Amino acid sequence: MLIKKRTFLTGAATALGMTALASGAAFAQDDKTKVGFIYVGPINDGGWSQHHHESALKMIEEIGADKVEMVYQENVPEGPDSERAMTQMALNGADIIFSTSFGYMDPTLNVATKFPDVKFEHATGYKTAPNMSAYSARFYEGRAVQGTIAGSMTKSNTIGYIASVPIPEVVRGINSSYIHAKKVNPDVEFKIIWLYTWMDPAKEADAARTLIEQGADVILQHTDSTAPLAAAQAAGDVIGFGQAGDMAEYAPSPRVSSIIDNWAPYYTARVQAVMDGTWETHSVWEGINTGMVGIGEISDVVPEDVKAAALEMKDAISAGEYHPFTGPLNKQDGTPWLAEGEVADDGTLAGMSFYVEGLEGDIPQ
Amino acid sequence: MLRLEKRPQPSRTLSYVTPVLAVLITMVAGGLLFALLGKDPVAAIRTIFWDPLFGEFAFYYRPQLLVKGGPLILIALGLSLGFKAGIWNIGAEGQYIMGAIAGAGVGLAFYPLEAWWLFPLMVIAGALGGWAWAMIPALLKVRFGTNEILVSLMLVYVAENFLASMAIGAMKNPEGFGFPGSRNLQQYPSAHNAEIIAGTGMHWGVAAAFIAAIMAYVLMNRHILGYQIRLTGDAPRAAKFSGVKPARLVLFCLGTAGALAGLAGFFEVAGPAGQITTGFNVGYGFTAIIVAFLGRLHPFGIVLAGLLMALTYIGGEAAQSTMQLPAAAIQVFQGMLLFFLLAVDLLTNFRVRLDKREAA
Amino acid sequence: MDLGAINPLLLAASLMVAATAVMIAAVGELVVEKAGVLNLGVEGMMITGAICGFAAAATTGSPMIGFAAAAGGGALLALLFALLTQVALANQVASGLALTLFGLGMSSLIGQSYVGVKPPPTPDLDIPLLSDIPVLGPVLFSHDLMVYFGLALVAAVWAFLKYTRGGLILKAVGENHAAAHALGYKVVRIRVLAILFGGACAGLGGAYISLIRVPQWTEGMTGGAGWIALALVVFASWKPWRVLLGAYLFGGVTVLQLNLQAAGLAIPAEYLSMSPYLITILVLVIMSADRSAAPASLGRTFHASQ
Repeated sequence: MLIKKRTFLTGAATALGMTALASGAAFAQDDKTKVGFIYVGPINDGGWSQHHHESALKMIEEIGADKVEMVYQENVPEGPDSERAMTQMALNGADIIFSTSFGYMDPTLNVATKFPDVKFEHATGYKTAPNMSAYSARFYEGRAVQGTIAGSMTKSNTIGYIASVPIPEVVRGINSSYIHAKKVNPDVEFKIIWLYTWMDPAKEADAARTLIEQGADVILQHTDSTAPLAAAQAAGDVIGFGQAGDMAEYAPSPRVSSIIDNWAPYYTARVQAVMDGTWETHSVWEGINTGMVGIGEISDVVPEDVKAAALEMKDAISAGEYHPFTGPLNKQDGTPWLAEGEVADDGTLAGMSFYVEGLEGDIPQ
Repeated sequence: MLRLEKRPQPSRTLSYVTPVLAVLITMVAGGLLFALLGKDPVAAIRTIFWDPLFGEFAFYYRPQLLVKGGPLILIALGLSLGFKAGIWNIGAEGQYIMGAIAGAGVGLAFYPLEAWWLFPLMVIAGALGGWAWAMIPALLKVRFGTNEILVSLMLVYVAENFLASMAIGAMKNPEGFGFPGSRNLQQYPSAHNAEIIAGTGMHWGVAAAFIAAIMAYVLMNRHILGYQIRLTGDAPRAAKFSGVKPARLVLFCLGTAGALAGLAGFFEVAGPAGQITTGFNVGYGFTAIIVAFLGRLHPFGIVLAGLLMALTYIGGEAAQSTMQLPAAAIQVFQGMLLFFLLAVDLLTNFRVRLDKREAA
Repeated sequence: MDLGAINPLLLAASLMVAATAVMIAAVGELVVEKAGVLNLGVEGMMITGAICGFAAAATTGSPMIGFAAAAGGGALLALLFALLTQVALANQVASGLALTLFGLGMSSLIGQSYVGVKPPPTPDLDIPLLSDIPVLGPVLFSHDLMVYFGLALVAAVWAFLKYTRGGLILKAVGENHAAAHALGYKVVRIRVLAILFGGACAGLGGAYISLIRVPQWTEGMTGGAGWIALALVVFASWKPWRVLLGAYLFGGVTVLQLNLQAAGLAIPAEYLSMSPYLITILVLVIMSADRSAAPASLGRTFHASQ
């Protein structure tokens, strides 16, 4: 019966385009909810994609493998290939598809238009549709905690920053860590290297070594590999932080804490909503408060008082009592940005393309 | 003792049979590989080679074969001219990027103007962008004898960096909230490389690929230049005596390859991809090298090879998604295809003889 | 901007490390090309060596066993190339590209279970007495073993090509394979051996990246080093000591551009990251004046019945 219906629909779809088939996908359901994931890197990259995948697996554990089934595709380039991958999942009866990289934004929207009955969730973008949500994490909150530790721990007052690609997300991270390092240590200075890649261990290792040679004794990274931590370990007396994952294999030193991407609670909630029929489109930006941004355990290398200050900040951010971008703050060129006590609005933060006052160098444009 | 005896003439029949043979051997070896990875080999091979063409969703996949195969064919045709003459442009990926940047750049510069002449202008810009990028190794080779393999390849890295700087800098969408990536040309009617017939996957880039195949065939078989290219590849010294100007040939072959790669990049950015982004290029320029060899450097062979390669990509994706086959396995599979193709070439050029005498 | 932050001595020490992987791979490729064979599969052999070395070292806990396995893995992949080009007489350019494609895919398949694993550390040598020399000691004499192995390899290849009968035969085969064959030398056998040596060197270079320079395993981590190695051979006009020079120059530019960025030089980062490739092109152009240097039979197929 089912097969007949779908063949009929297939015939219709060639004539009517895809929309007919989209409703056909609904017929193709068995009792399990089908969830699709599209990853930009390999599922074992140790960074961004791996943590989306691990969160997806946690979601299945949470809801139960008897109720949900997952399909995924790794290494999907951000273009027509991703559009095809999502279309394929939708055709094969996926109920909800998570596309986990900014570059999938327009392709996701294209596929979402073709399949109105399938739900789409796009990570770190700004476009939505009735059946497409946007979700992202306030990683800059984690950077505030990191900056507090970094500024207190540095003896040379030089902090090295390995930056990936000059997009607002990365600029926010640099600003947030700088503001909070400066707060606890007015003499602190940042040295920034842009690598134009999210992950290239050899380049990251070279960059970390260069920063250490130029006097940095704290390395912050917005790239995904453990290479900078390995370089810090080899140099001795240099500390760093885990990125995307805990990187606990380098604890207690050089890794003194970390920012962990934890998407599992969000994935569980959204899939559950689809199952309950309560899924609604939204655009969310969650942080420490919901656990989307995790702060890895602060190791004992960090003095007690610094650790206490960092945890206090984490709690204040989590409770909504403190916003990392609170005035008085000026832009790099000295023009006022936020007045005393004023808090940055999400719009400005989302498109942040300027350094705050005190940082040296230019954002590559 | 087996002995190889060179055929006086490469066997024509075999040169058509061997690619098919190579595909069959690859299927067997690939099946073994998939079995080693704990997947059902028959199901995997069927998912890759059969389902996209005749499966349940073939109506969607068949047009996609053209979308994926179009740029591969277009680039491979250009490369094959040079390969025939012994000119090794392996930097088509860079020419593809520069064509996309030049073509999209012209379109974005005129935004939001709607005019009939804009798209043709962008096509010309795309071809010129690729051509100019290929002229660098060409001129250096002609003028200084610099190795074109390495120069064209180094320029890929330069082009990738340039692309990144365009996507986050000069071409960044001013209404994109500071995010990287240009405006989407799919939403700019005068600049959009739309499907010629909706739902078929036939956009102007695919049409260009088929036209280019016919033109390449005519060039190679009906034109003195084609004869000179073949002669230079087979017998460089004889070519010199018969008055072929190697420098002119280098400029022509590299220039044409660059222009076609640039066109492919432009049609991709104005069509299926839509945007200049940091990750716009996905390796078509390198895969096209395989396509050129798989198609025996013959224009019509390249068309078939491009479609076959597109099939391994699309079927490979399907196998990843439905059977959770790792992406790397598909890459190995494509590498094997080229290996076996090169290995069975032996049969085209040589007879394998049983030799009774003990070899010295 | 604060160029005073750049310490030239530390820069020198870093570039020795940054140059080692491409240097070892390039010296191997130089021997291959001297024998008249062009193997474009260096990147594939490097990444294969990187994972084989990593897997062996991580499993046994011994970096030395790791490097031995890396040489073996690189040579094994090179054997495929040798079979294709020397036995099946396939086109060398296409075979080399196939090798790279296959190596990249295969290495990430093998590497699936080694992601996130920490390899055993390779100790620095700290050569006694020499490393205590003020200033020069830390720069020159306190690296890991492979840095010195690379230098020794360059010297050994130079001596082999210049002073031994085997080196003379190898060069003869590369210059004119028909004549070498007529003299009774086994052209194919010599070339196969050269190809295997090149594969082993590329494998070692790759393992240097995965075991010492980074040290971890990720897909495609050689990131184009194999292509740079190929460029170095041409740059060096097929002379071993110039390979050393070229590798130090390339390593130097790589390290220097990072240093300039960190010191706040006002050149946009994307142009700085292009610079190693642009400088490579520039040097290739300058060097291509020296056209006598290329082995005359380079890349040409040899068959005894011709």
